[in-house]
Amino acid sequence: MPKKKSEESKSNNKGAVRPDGRKVDELRPVKMEVGVIERANGSAYVEFGKTKVVAAVYGPEPMHPRHLADPEKAVLICRYNMLPFSVEDRKKPGPDRRSIEISKVIKDALSTIVALEEFPKCMISVDMVVLQADAGTRVAALTAASLALADAGIPMREMMSAVACGRANGKIVVDLTKEEEDAEDAVDVPVAMSSLTKKIALLQMDGDMTLEEFEEILNKAEEACSKIYDMQREALLNKYEKEGKEVNINDE
Amino acid sequence: MMSSKLTAEYVRSLIERGKRLDGRKLDEFREIKINYGVSEKAEGSAEVMIGNTRVVAGVKMDIGEPYPDMPNKGVLVTSAEFLAMAAPEFEPGLPGENAIELARVVDRGVRESGAIDLEKLCLVEGEKVWVVFLDIFVLNHDGNLIDAAGIAAIAALLNAKLPKITEDYEIVRDELTDPLPIKDIPIPITIRKYGEHLLLDTTALEEDVLTGKFTVTTKINGNICAMQLSDGMSMTKDEVLQAARMARDAATKIREKLFKDKLKELKKA
Repeated sequence: MPKKKSEESKSNNKGAVRPDGRKVDELRPVKMEVGVIERANGSAYVEFGKTKVVAAVYGPEPMHPRHLADPEKAVLICRYNMLPFSVEDRKKPGPDRRSIEISKVIKDALSTIVALEEFPKCMISVDMVVLQADAGTRVAALTAASLALADAGIPMREMMSAVACGRANGKIVVDLTKEEEDAEDAVDVPVAMSSLTKKIALLQMDGDMTLEEFEEILNKAEEACSKIYDMQREALLNKYEKEGKEVNINDE
Repeated sequence: MMSSKLTAEYVRSLIERGKRLDGRKLDEFREIKINYGVSEKAEGSAEVMIGNTRVVAGVKMDIGEPYPDMPNKGVLVTSAEFLAMAAPEFEPGLPGENAIELARVVDRGVRESGAIDLEKLCLVEGEKVWVVFLDIFVLNHDGNLIDAAGIAAIAALLNAKLPKITEDYEIVRDELTDPLPIKDIPIPITIRKYGEHLLLDTTALEEDVLTGKFTVTTKINGNICAMQLSDGMSMTKDEVLQAARMARDAATKIREKLFKDKLKELKKA
């Protein structure tokens, strides 16, 4: 198991202003691991605090059903789902309107960086499962999906990292917990940003905020996304360094 | 794909020069028309035409139970359907992901703006509240469906009246009483882009040629209450902020043009 990483040490809590003791721009402890589903072509596990998500990638493989195949590029299929026991009140298994919408925006975001044109008539499937939900599940799922695609060796123009920023209890904060999301004045802005060109590919929002607050939220999200990208890079390197070593041992 | 490669190229080359096929400026809307009360059986209804795009929204009210975490608030349920008659590429059947997305984006705009005073829709705390069913149907698709649906939604809500109820909370359908309590006028504005050019109110042909969309819903005071970026478009931070300002300004104009009286009343209050 990879070790938990918190970007700020717990002892240094002078600037702590949030219910869980974090600073406004501090992420929850993040854990990432690549290659967790052995049968899949690529997979990843991501934890943002108490939010836990697994993503697995299959493909590219011939499109099924065949009449849905695109002669110009691969079809990207994304399925985001919450397990029934991942939330307080049991969630009925299977897709609902919320998960269909989230699956769609994740697919839309990833399609801006995956080189789908390399695989005409094929499909690439990304399955994301929320094991435990404490807000930010769609951004954790997208972060995991991006890792899983890279792990599957699917050509991508860049990586994608995602985080939810917003306002809770009068402050602009990154990586909101459920407790913060339930604040009276809560604004929730999930943001996904590509690693090289820094383009925003997923952006949603509900709440009530001024344009000035929005600008501040975007700036904080950009910073947080690049921190998450560094961790994604490290998680990928971790797996392949380990595999590289194993190969070397076999060679000797 | 409804457009030929040649048409697509032409539309793109026009946009690069700041022009459009129908002669509009990039940030110019088509004419918007509203017909109120298209169905007398509905508690409120409105049909919105933006150019050839045609969307109808209706409100029905029922008495139901509140959500456990909001025992003193009425309930809003929004649904949308792209009717098969609206475009050759639309299929009959359950709403697909695009219709679900549209309904949820419009719903978030109405909900988060506080447009409906849900607390006034409580009849017996924790037991009986008004449930507002907001159903949106696309009748003809010539682009910019989210904006048309959002305008139709708030128009139908403004047109809605509460039905009379008896002492035992039975609804008397044919007798309407007070208007539905409305506190804000959220307007969603969808931006599309080509290169660095941002466009408002795109036609179906333009949407076929361009990739992706970004919807920003603003309130009367200019605050943002809902956003949605989707369909495979990515934007820089500056583009996002520019688009948000464009959306706010366009919404202000539309509000002043289409909802003048209500706007005056709300600003006075």
